[in-house]
Amino acid sequence: MSTALAQKRGLGAAIWDYLTTVDHKKIAQLYLVSGGIFFLIGGLEAMLIRIQLMQPNSDFISAGLYNEMITMHGTTMIFLAAMPLIFALMNAVVPLQIGARDVAFPFLNSLGFWLFLAGGLILNCSWFLGGAPDAGWTAYAPLSATSPGHGVDYYVIGLQISGAGTLIGGINFLVTIVNMRAPGMSYMRMPLFTWASFVTSNLILFAFPALTVGLFLLMFDRMFGSAFFDVGLGGNAIIWEHLFWIFGHPEVYILILPVFGAFSDIFSTFSTKRLFGYSAMVFATVLIGFLGFMVWAHHMFTTGLGPVANSIFAVSTMAIAVPTGIKIFNWLFTMWGGKIRMTSAMLWSIAFIPTFTIGGMTGVMLAAAAADYQYHDTYFVVAHFHYVIVGGVVFGFFAALHYWWPKMFGKVLNEKLGKLAFWPFFIGFHLTFFIQHFLGLMGMPRRYWTYQEGQGLDLGNLISTVGAFLMAIGTLIFVYNVIYTAMKEKKVSGDPWDGRTLEWSIPSPPPFYNFKQTPLVRGLDPLWIEKQDGKTGMTPAEPLGDIHMPNGSFLPFLMSLGLFIAGFGFIYQVDHKGWLALVFIGMGITLGSMLTRSLKDDLGYHVHKEELEEGGGNHES
Amino acid sequence: MANNTNSANKPVDFKKKHSKEEMKQQVITFALMIMFTLVAFGLVLAEVTSFFVIPILIILAIVQVLFQLYYFMHMKNKGHSMVSVMMFGGISIGILTIITFTTIIWW
Repeated sequence: MSTALAQKRGLGAAIWDYLTTVDHKKIAQLYLVSGGIFFLIGGLEAMLIRIQLMQPNSDFISAGLYNEMITMHGTTMIFLAAMPLIFALMNAVVPLQIGARDVAFPFLNSLGFWLFLAGGLILNCSWFLGGAPDAGWTAYAPLSATSPGHGVDYYVIGLQISGAGTLIGGINFLVTIVNMRAPGMSYMRMPLFTWASFVTSNLILFAFPALTVGLFLLMFDRMFGSAFFDVGLGGNAIIWEHLFWIFGHPEVYILILPVFGAFSDIFSTFSTKRLFGYSAMVFATVLIGFLGFMVWAHHMFTTGLGPVANSIFAVSTMAIAVPTGIKIFNWLFTMWGGKIRMTSAMLWSIAFIPTFTIGGMTGVMLAAAAADYQYHDTYFVVAHFHYVIVGGVVFGFFAALHYWWPKMFGKVLNEKLGKLAFWPFFIGFHLTFFIQHFLGLMGMPRRYWTYQEGQGLDLGNLISTVGAFLMAIGTLIFVYNVIYTAMKEKKVSGDPWDGRTLEWSIPSPPPFYNFKQTPLVRGLDPLWIEKQDGKTGMTPAEPLGDIHMPNGSFLPFLMSLGLFIAGFGFIYQVDHKGWLALVFIGMGITLGSMLTRSLKDDLGYHVHKEELEEGGGNHES
Repeated sequence: MANNTNSANKPVDFKKKHSKEEMKQQVITFALMIMFTLVAFGLVLAEVTSFFVIPILIILAIVQVLFQLYYFMHMKNKGHSMVSVMMFGGISIGILTIITFTTIIWW
């Protein structure tokens, strides 16, 4: 099997390899590419929004299209860009950091990716098939339940399918981290990125079902004539808001926690110091995850929950500032007295600290329920969540990609271009969003198509749009950097940053079985400990032996394809029952693939000891 | 498992004793669970006021579930801490949701 793969391959074979792969490193690349493309699409939508708002009474895009833009910008960025990029990092790094040869469920890992992609494509097909969803990324009922056309149907079906993929991916990482750590890798020796991925996977497991339920209710309301959100028939529109935010608030921690973990690893590596307050960092991560489930109603202060509920949720929200503060100070103390190397990854990380702190402060302001009546649905809120999501998550992605790029692709991203991308993005980001705090305080409501002249909003919006263009320039320089690095840069060793954790103890990119021999972990920052003892690599925990690997499979792609087809059937069967044929065909493909998977034993194959000894089996290019 | 390969008498004795202990606990819990069920049926048959019966039935049900999990599904044994963290985490989040829905949405 492995020798057959080692042959020179054409383009078709390479595509087939990616369609059937169950290797977590290749799935990471798939997540990275598709998430990156969706990020660019979401960015394009953001640019159109900003151009529309550049001048008062602008008519650049129509009001209806504007609604579709804001909806798809939010939905794309959260579900189709940030989530897959999180999974790209987790797939690329977590198994390596815990010394595992693969994830616990390689097949499910691949299924998770293809489901996400199927959902994302369905959502974006709506642009060409009669209009995108236009009820906001939160799709509040009753607007979403009554919005005409098929836009919101695409939202429901697309998110349902990609949400299933995310749930599967989360469970996979949960089991991987619990069961597949190398000997000696106890919980309190796991790198912070792995810890954060573990907590994130827990949040996915517990939060996504709420979204699934909410989407099903909305689907039945829109497609099958039920009335869960129809007040006229005894329904209750507020239930959607609750279900959405019971999912939605943990979701923002699902996004931010892994990059917190990545920052921790980056600060520690580039300060050449052990992470300050490791156990406090772990505690803070778990606490943020835990508290993340008790704060969702702070998105709904003005819906009339009553003063008691508002106070409870205000206090629990403010409590989250405590563990987050612990993290901020620990990062600062990690750098204190360290031998700091100002790489691009470090630059993004350092820029993240003040940026995220500003976002956190406005967060506490918004958490004050009484004051929130003033801020509610204004640009103040828009500024706040862009400070935490762009200033936190997007800065984090850039930092983490610079940091782990050599591990994923064997080449260091060009440092000069990396810094050149940072400055326009960083300056542009603050230009775009800092002024929006004040626009919001002056009363500019979010999601409005345009605004009147002479209300003091003109200059602020112009500055904001100029900033957005700078961010776009920064992003394009980063994309150029990726291409430039792939063409021009030289291969580097497995450990270009003088790393501390297990992933830097193996070649870059790693062989498909990751570790020839499972390493023995002797403490936190295991590779650093060995370096301190004058060794060059990890001590193996086992003799060289045969390695069991899973076979690739085309079934995950087929299952997702089936759901993709069935999705269109569900959307259009409202118009004509003939469309139900698509549902039957699609579900037939999916269920048939599941049956095949259940009935056919697939026991994988072994990479033999002899192949490993002659350096064979390592056919990654 | 490793101690089974040792042919000395001690580990075997220990294992026997352990199984005996386990058996005893299972029989006791089983008896208790049957008793709980009888009590539950008895209360309903005796037509005690529902204000009193419903909470009792719920408590008995919870205790039975815990018996089931801890004694029959071995959650009391070692190596199940992650399982219980996950289960109780999920349960507490579910309960939080239900409390919210019953207090501030449906009243």
